[in-house]
Amino acid sequence: MEPIIAIKGLEKTYDSGHKALKGIDLDIRRGEIFALLGPNGAGKTTLIGAVCGLVRPTGGTITADGHDISKDFRAARAKIGLVPQELATDMFVTVWNTVAFSRGLFGLGPNKKYLEKILKDLSLWDKKDAKIATLSGGMKRRVLIAKALSHEPKILFLDEPTAGVDVELRRDMWQMVRRLREQGVTIILTTHYIEEAEDMADRIGVINKGEIILVEDKTALMRKLGRTEVVIGLKEPVDTAPTISGHTPVVSDDGLTLTYVIDGDETDEAPADLIKKLAQSGLDFTSINMNRSSLEDIFVTLVEDKV
Amino acid sequence: MNLHGVLAIYGFEMNRFLRTIFQSIASPVLSTSLYFIVFGSAIGSQMTEIGGVSYGAFIVPGLIMLTVLTESVSNSSFGIYLPRFTGTIYEVLSAPVEVGEVILGYVGAAATKSVIIGTIILATARLFVPFEIVHPLATAGYLVLISVTFSLFGFILGIIADGFEKLQIVPMLIITPLTFLGGTFYSISMLPPAWQTVTLFNPIVYLVNGFRWTFYGKADVNIAVSLGMTVLFMAICVAIISWVFKTGYRLRT
Ligand SMILES: Nc1ncnc2c1ncn2[C@@H]1O[C@H](COP(=O)(O)OP(=O)(O)O)[C@@H](O)[C@H]1O
Ligand SMILES: [Mg+2]
Repeated sequence: MEPIIAIKGLEKTYDSGHKALKGIDLDIRRGEIFALLGPNGAGKTTLIGAVCGLVRPTGGTITADGHDISKDFRAARAKIGLVPQELATDMFVTVWNTVAFSRGLFGLGPNKKYLEKILKDLSLWDKKDAKIATLSGGMKRRVLIAKALSHEPKILFLDEPTAGVDVELRRDMWQMVRRLREQGVTIILTTHYIEEAEDMADRIGVINKGEIILVEDKTALMRKLGRTEVVIGLKEPVDTAPTISGHTPVVSDDGLTLTYVIDGDETDEAPADLIKKLAQSGLDFTSINMNRSSLEDIFVTLVEDKV
Repeated sequence: MNLHGVLAIYGFEMNRFLRTIFQSIASPVLSTSLYFIVFGSAIGSQMTEIGGVSYGAFIVPGLIMLTVLTESVSNSSFGIYLPRFTGTIYEVLSAPVEVGEVILGYVGAAATKSVIIGTIILATARLFVPFEIVHPLATAGYLVLISVTFSLFGFILGIIADGFEKLQIVPMLIITPLTFLGGTFYSISMLPPAWQTVTLFNPIVYLVNGFRWTFYGKADVNIAVSLGMTVLFMAICVAIISWVFKTGYRLRT
């Protein structure tokens, strides 16, 4: 299937001379939740800006739902909703008016029912006549999301949507993201909270210093790069590391702790097998600890390797 | 054309105007009323007619022009500067709207405000001094043309400005002095010949005189020249704005 967003050779050099994007190639699949992960300054916001028309690329091409974003900008932009990283809102306009404004700006006629539904989904309905200036930071972010959804976009960009957001809003937001995906909306998000990408995303892209280091299905990524550590506490110290089904552990200095590493591409039963064999081998042990590496560990390893 | 988009911007800007309608209208009406009381009724009664027009009536077109020019520039520059300042401009930049549509929305709203204010001042003036308008349709047309042109100018200012002070400097330090020196209170022919020549380099002379022609059928400058200068200025503004959006100057990074 044709990707909903196709980015080819995208480059951005800012006027300052800083190369923020160095030849990005990236396809976003229709209907997926794609998480773009990367440290601060990696180029995430620049990449989103280039797709949405806020940043002028200095090289490369981008299509959104088959429309070139510069030659056919009207059709392309009508498909896209953007929730920016910064909380930029009007002050003296009411919630309802600002959302109705966004819908009109993106070329659609009024639709009270639809806007009402969005505001209700985002728990903003009872604030619809409130001026934005009177709302809390979390509420303002909900307003930005409502604005981004006002024109029924097929593609939604969320740039660090949960940075500085309370637990309740984060939960509401993820519910909404899942609901949108069920409706066929493609969602691209950047986040600092890696566990969220782990929970939410179908695929993950890692960006660092303006380059995409890796794009992978989340489960494949976890399998490929995730690992399980099995830490065994022994009753008596050992001198040599006991190799069990091909796994040679690291032995602690006092000889009382063995650390076996099982790679993510081994079977799920591998840790259990290891322990059974260990018990059969006659070694007497007092404790077992297992640590599955998180996406965060994977991410740190990836970025550090590239530095 | 994205008509909904244009209307959204236009409506947004008109709502901003309506929220502050009292300040928007009260202050220019009050200040021009004072001018009419002082120069029109009080001092004007001691002055001789200029070209067959009473002094009070003579200054009406110039005073309306003064308010329309400053209001156009400040309303329009503020209209586009504010979203740049707060960051809400991102939405317009990411929307399926063309340069022309963005201008139509912002500048159209600013010009509408100016026409409304200009009309209110015209009506106020009529309370203080008696006058008849010879070419009322031309007056209306000129009012619209000037409002649009200077709203375009204000739009450019609002894009170039990098601080609120800069928005005020231009109306205060350029538009107001040039309008005062542009024959609002006197006929150019009353000046010594050398100053008459210098005055012809002041573009606002052409606007004030063009507008005065629509009122009384005569002015210091030929109406065709006045009209030509106004249209030229407008064309320059449009060209600059198109360039701004094409290059993304101060809007897109
Ligand atoms: N307008 C700009 N001018 C110059 N450099 C910029 C500009 N915006 C961002 N940058 C630089 O580009 C790099 C990428 O920034 P950004 O895309 O915001 O990263 P991220 O969103 O991943 O934190 C950073 O080094 C940042 O300092
Ligand atoms: Mg960012």
